[in-house]
Amino acid sequence: MALWKNGSFTTDAWRTIAEGEDAPPAGHVILPLDWWLQERDAFANSNAPIGVRIEPGAPIESYLDDLPRFALVALAFPKFGDGRAFSTAALLRERHGFTGEIRAVGDVLIDQIQMMERCGFDSFDITDATTERLLRTRGAPAYSKFYQPATGAAGDAESNGGSRPWARRKA
Amino acid sequence: MRFAISANRLLDGIVVFFGSNNHWVDQLSAAGLYASKDEAEAALVVARLDQTRNVVVEPYVFEVRAEGAPVAHHIREAIRAAGPTVRKDHGKQADLLADKR
Amino acid sequence: MYRYDEFDAGFVSDRVAAFRDQVARRLSGDMTEDQFKPHRLMNGLYLQLHAYMLRVAVPYGTLSARQMRKLAFIARRYDKGYGHFTTRQNIQYNWPALADTPAILEELASVEMHAIQTSGNCIRNVTADHFAGAAADELDDPRPYAEILRQWSSLHPEFSFLPRKFKIAVNGATRDRAAIQTHDIGYQIVRNSAGEIGFAVYVGGGQGRTPMIAKKIRDFLKIEDLLAYTQAIVRVYNLEGRRDNKYKARIKILVHEKGLDWMRQAVEAEFEAASRDYIALPDAEIARIKAYFAPPELPARASSQKFAARRESDPRFAGFVSTNVAAHKIDGYGIVKISLKPIGGIPGDATAEQMEAVADLAELYSQAEIRVSHEQNLVLPHVALDDLPVIYDELLASGLATANAGLVSDIIACPGMDYCSLATARSIPVAQRISERFGDGPRARDIGALKIKISGCINACGHHHVGHIGILGLERKGVETYQITLGGTGDETCSMGTLTGPGFSSEEVVDAIERIVDAYMALRNEPGEDFLTAFRRLGMQPFKEALYETSKGADI
Repeated sequence: MALWKNGSFTTDAWRTIAEGEDAPPAGHVILPLDWWLQERDAFANSNAPIGVRIEPGAPIESYLDDLPRFALVALAFPKFGDGRAFSTAALLRERHGFTGEIRAVGDVLIDQIQMMERCGFDSFDITDATTERLLRTRGAPAYSKFYQPATGAAGDAESNGGSRPWARRKA
Repeated sequence: MRFAISANRLLDGIVVFFGSNNHWVDQLSAAGLYASKDEAEAALVVARLDQTRNVVVEPYVFEVRAEGAPVAHHIREAIRAAGPTVRKDHGKQADLLADKR
Repeated sequence: MYRYDEFDAGFVSDRVAAFRDQVARRLSGDMTEDQFKPHRLMNGLYLQLHAYMLRVAVPYGTLSARQMRKLAFIARRYDKGYGHFTTRQNIQYNWPALADTPAILEELASVEMHAIQTSGNCIRNVTADHFAGAAADELDDPRPYAEILRQWSSLHPEFSFLPRKFKIAVNGATRDRAAIQTHDIGYQIVRNSAGEIGFAVYVGGGQGRTPMIAKKIRDFLKIEDLLAYTQAIVRVYNLEGRRDNKYKARIKILVHEKGLDWMRQAVEAEFEAASRDYIALPDAEIARIKAYFAPPELPARASSQKFAARRESDPRFAGFVSTNVAAHKIDGYGIVKISLKPIGGIPGDATAEQMEAVADLAELYSQAEIRVSHEQNLVLPHVALDDLPVIYDELLASGLATANAGLVSDIIACPGMDYCSLATARSIPVAQRISERFGDGPRARDIGALKIKISGCINACGHHHVGHIGILGLERKGVETYQITLGGTGDETCSMGTLTGPGFSSEEVVDAIERIVDAYMALRNEPGEDFLTAFRRLGMQPFKEALYETSKGADI
């Protein structure tokens, strides 16, 4: 497993806590959402950065109030075809003003990476060996013209694509 | 009932059949025929290697009539082996005619 | 029609280059089939019964003569000399080689065409009235809005992995020739009490396994909000649509299971909350895109002797005019329907030569514009009546003058089990035999308007649920069996057909259809009560009797 971020592989500052494991309220830990919802009081006095892993289908209302406390949100793709997290990421960025790290975890295809970035994802957990090899040798495929603006940081790096308000070019 | 294995060739999508020498052939008449489903499934394991080798896509086992010249049991497989019933000048049925000329 | 600017052209050529790379990686083994499949589907390339199948997008069914010539070239160079026009206004090639597809996509890109998003769980070709810009009953041309939707939905990063495919249709006339109520979203152009043009919005229509008529979710949507509202609907669908069962994954199921009120509330809440920064359509931009679809300058052509004389002297020409020419908004002009349903032929197929003939006619006589209808025919939208005799003779020479548009032999049929790996039965041979039984002569004209639609499996690509007579080909114990439905229509009075009862074998089905038609002829109100009207008046009973009193049919 390798973490792809900003166009390269990088060390992961975070550790994912498995269900049932004891999480110390210190250090960069990613908790399953259910775990967080049950144990959030244990973190009440902690300054440790908190990450949560959210499965698609988890109602956004269940964690909206806690959003300012999260430094990282890991959105899961159980199968690459389950595209719910694209919308979740977009909503977290543009509707709810989340400024922390949004990470894609699970079944991530190399050709989805730029789309995910444009929905507000910052980082990608790569578990597929071929995908990792391709990223190392060729990087992530990237287009330069789009018919929709990107959300979040990716959007800041884009300029208008002409008179159409929805068109963008990568700067 | 006998059995045979079919797939689509990766390069051009054309239907091919697994031959008795582990190569792929264009016509069902030249395909390897298996007397039992188990035999066919065993051959399928070998055939699937050619998917990994990027020769074919999605090999699978299908039923062939028990006796005589090989004819697919199910109408879908028969159409696949011959070509569209509405364009006799297309597909393998046409290739056969062309070969005969 | 819309012309690509440098941005549009660059967008497509980037994708073609990427696909070329993906195909090369696939062929060299650098990519497995599982990894390649999403790319293949994103570019409209299917693996079918005999070969690959490439589905090329024809945005809202509008083609230029130049584009049609390129489609003919591709048919000739990379396929077996023909193409198939589909029930979503696209064209399909049945025999391309994977290795050739990058070259094919490059050819398409050179004439501002592509095969993007004609497959996969994404927003598909946005369809529209095939008489757009020409029909006498049009309030506003739907195509600029379809074009805006097309652009915005192209490789949308948030909506490329929906629960299932997503189909949008736009209609701008009083009659609904785009069948919007059978789509996931249907936009009907309307005028509100203040005289403003906008959209009535329908959601959750669809055919397939569970046919449903779309429900009206909003009475009036301002034009400027078109993208924002579409985004709201698709986002709700992306988040809430079922992903546990492929056959329950369309938005129609979501609307059905949660209810229209729930859907409306969710969509309106999302619509209200969403930022309009980029998504509101500025007037200037709407006007700029509309300009591409400006009505052509059609020189006044006084109704002349040529047309009248030919009609009087040539009964075949007169017959053609009565069935295949529709009213145009401008006096002295007509909309010509070119039937791709020759008697006994394969519905929707056209040879490269025929495509070129149509391109030539369009260039000379129809502002170089052609339309593809979802009933698998072609249309010349702006024809001076005076030119019709010459056009008719050319069509005759190319085998394109079948005078059966909208008649019993103008059958809509999916490719069926002759081509499609999803099919459970053949559809084309049934269409051919029905066509031969009824022909295009006096009997067919006497029967009048009758839409027969045939699907070769439950996915209903032949749109049989909205056929006046629908036929569904299934398999029963390895044998093809055909169920019949009656009383469907995709027009503004949208209804789904009702099953008559037990199905029929391949040998029996054409006789069964004839018994239905004969029953209608015996019972209809003169003069000329059409089949659908008669069925709605009479109900199923007399047709059931006609079908089953003389034959048992087979229990399915």
